[in-house]
Amino acid sequence: MNIFVCVKQVPDTETKVIPTGDGSYIETSSVKWIMNPYDEFAVEQALLLKASNPGSTVTVVRVGGVKDTEALRTAMAMGADEAILVESIDNLDSYMIAKSIKGAIEKSGKTADLILAGKQAIDDDCLQVPQLLAQMLDLPSVSIAVGFEANGNDIVAKREIEGGAIEVYNLSTPCLVACNKGLNTPRYASLPGIMKAKRKPLTQLSLSDVGVSDDDRRVVYSDFQLPPEKPAGKKFEATDEAKQPEIVKEVVQLLRNEAKVI
Amino acid sequence: MANILVFTESTNQHVKSVTLEILGKLNGQTTDVIHIGDLSEESIQELAKHGAQNIHILKNDQLNNYSPEGYANALSNFIKANSYDYVFGGATSAGKDFFPRLAGMFDAGMASEVVNFLFENDEFHGTRPLFAGKCLAKVKIQGPKPHFVTVRPNALGLPESPEAGSGNKNEVAADSGSIRATIKEIIKGASEKLDLTEANIIVSGGRAMKNAENFKILEELADVLGATVGASRAAVDSGYAPHAMQVGQTGKTVSPSLYIACGISGAIQHLAGMRTSKVIVAINTDPDAPIFTKADYGIVGDLFQIVPILKEELKLLLK
Repeated sequence: MNIFVCVKQVPDTETKVIPTGDGSYIETSSVKWIMNPYDEFAVEQALLLKASNPGSTVTVVRVGGVKDTEALRTAMAMGADEAILVESIDNLDSYMIAKSIKGAIEKSGKTADLILAGKQAIDDDCLQVPQLLAQMLDLPSVSIAVGFEANGNDIVAKREIEGGAIEVYNLSTPCLVACNKGLNTPRYASLPGIMKAKRKPLTQLSLSDVGVSDDDRRVVYSDFQLPPEKPAGKKFEATDEAKQPEIVKEVVQLLRNEAKVI
Repeated sequence: MANILVFTESTNQHVKSVTLEILGKLNGQTTDVIHIGDLSEESIQELAKHGAQNIHILKNDQLNNYSPEGYANALSNFIKANSYDYVFGGATSAGKDFFPRLAGMFDAGMASEVVNFLFENDEFHGTRPLFAGKCLAKVKIQGPKPHFVTVRPNALGLPESPEAGSGNKNEVAADSGSIRATIKEIIKGASEKLDLTEANIIVSGGRAMKNAENFKILEELADVLGATVGASRAAVDSGYAPHAMQVGQTGKTVSPSLYIACGISGAIQHLAGMRTSKVIVAINTDPDAPIFTKADYGIVGDLFQIVPILKEELKLLLK
């Protein structure tokens, strides 16, 4: 079984986001890059599947900047066999990324039996690439997966919807599944894994290698800015039990008469 | 004027309120609405009142259950037979799932989860949060039409006096195409309440809740308010609450009108996910907790003492 996993490299969740002076994107020079957290569940699911299907290969694909290849190295240190990096700027739109991944998979010479991805990247939060890629490759897909079982070519995937309800899907390979937290517990890369990863093949492609150009841009961003700061609120000291009823009463009155939300 | 189609969903005979928010904001454009499956007379009137011109109802038994492929095929076939400049939908579970697939069928661009927009010379100009709301950016779409947009629930707000549309009902047989991923079962969630992303009021608990059992006091407070209960990543990672309840950068981004944070210190990734709430109340024993920098009303005190008093006070007020 040929398994492809889409990974993105994103700023760490603790990053303080600072827009660039011209508002074209955010400052990335001092950002700590990590593998998109949801992609870890996709990599783990691929490795679990490989373990129960000997002879399978796991190829990780990433589209983005090359200053740092942390995400791909992490995936290979976890156990992925090889990696493909499509070199580009870090803020391509979803259409360009999906088209690049499609091109990279086709260029690999392997037929994808299963494509796994994180449900969304925590930088642009678009939640588009997995479904768009599935459409471009004419594959069925399940997004926001919190359950996954494979039996030969048959897949049962569970998708989380509103209110924590679950849709249980039946589908067959080839297909695409986009993974959510809760699907599995991603392993840590072991030291031998990290050493081994250094010798695993990493193929580097350009956007033109995968048939993508500036004409493919569909979404244009500008004016990156911090959200407006709220004026300081009112703070009440209520550690003294005797005063609590009075303070709570005051806050409730403020919610009704000042904030008008209840 | 731009020709616009708005996809709507309904639950329990009511259209989702995000549709009405979108219609209100689109007043002045020519706006049709599309729904898959039967729609109540009440819903049709509500859509008309908010500006819908034609209300297209797509019918096909294959689509009784949601299907990303089926919904995308049915809408794409309908859109091809008509002519629209823009297709809007709510950023709901279904909208987030099948809109990218639908946009892909037209090789068209899509702006996800915008929180505001306007039309200038019939062209869409949107605003959307990135990095879970740590920043905002303006967004435009280019390339083949129609262009696709999903809108975050609760972000636009309901219009005060919308212009009515004619609300002509039009039933159409839908072409669902081939459906390869089929739903065999739907497992109900623990709660029948509104999803966090759609909730108007959220009561959220953090690590200070100490265990899963203690979330009951938040549930009780939420019941009084008609609120949905959420949790911080610390609470979820400690096993006090399921991930479906997580608010923050690796959970759900929410914008209710009232967010009550109980025992949440306010890690940067949590603040990112809830800072667009209209009013924030924080209850925490630590007067220096970062959550207080975002709170409109902060109560320094023990949540286990404050929450029960708050519940009783609200009960009196809201009964």
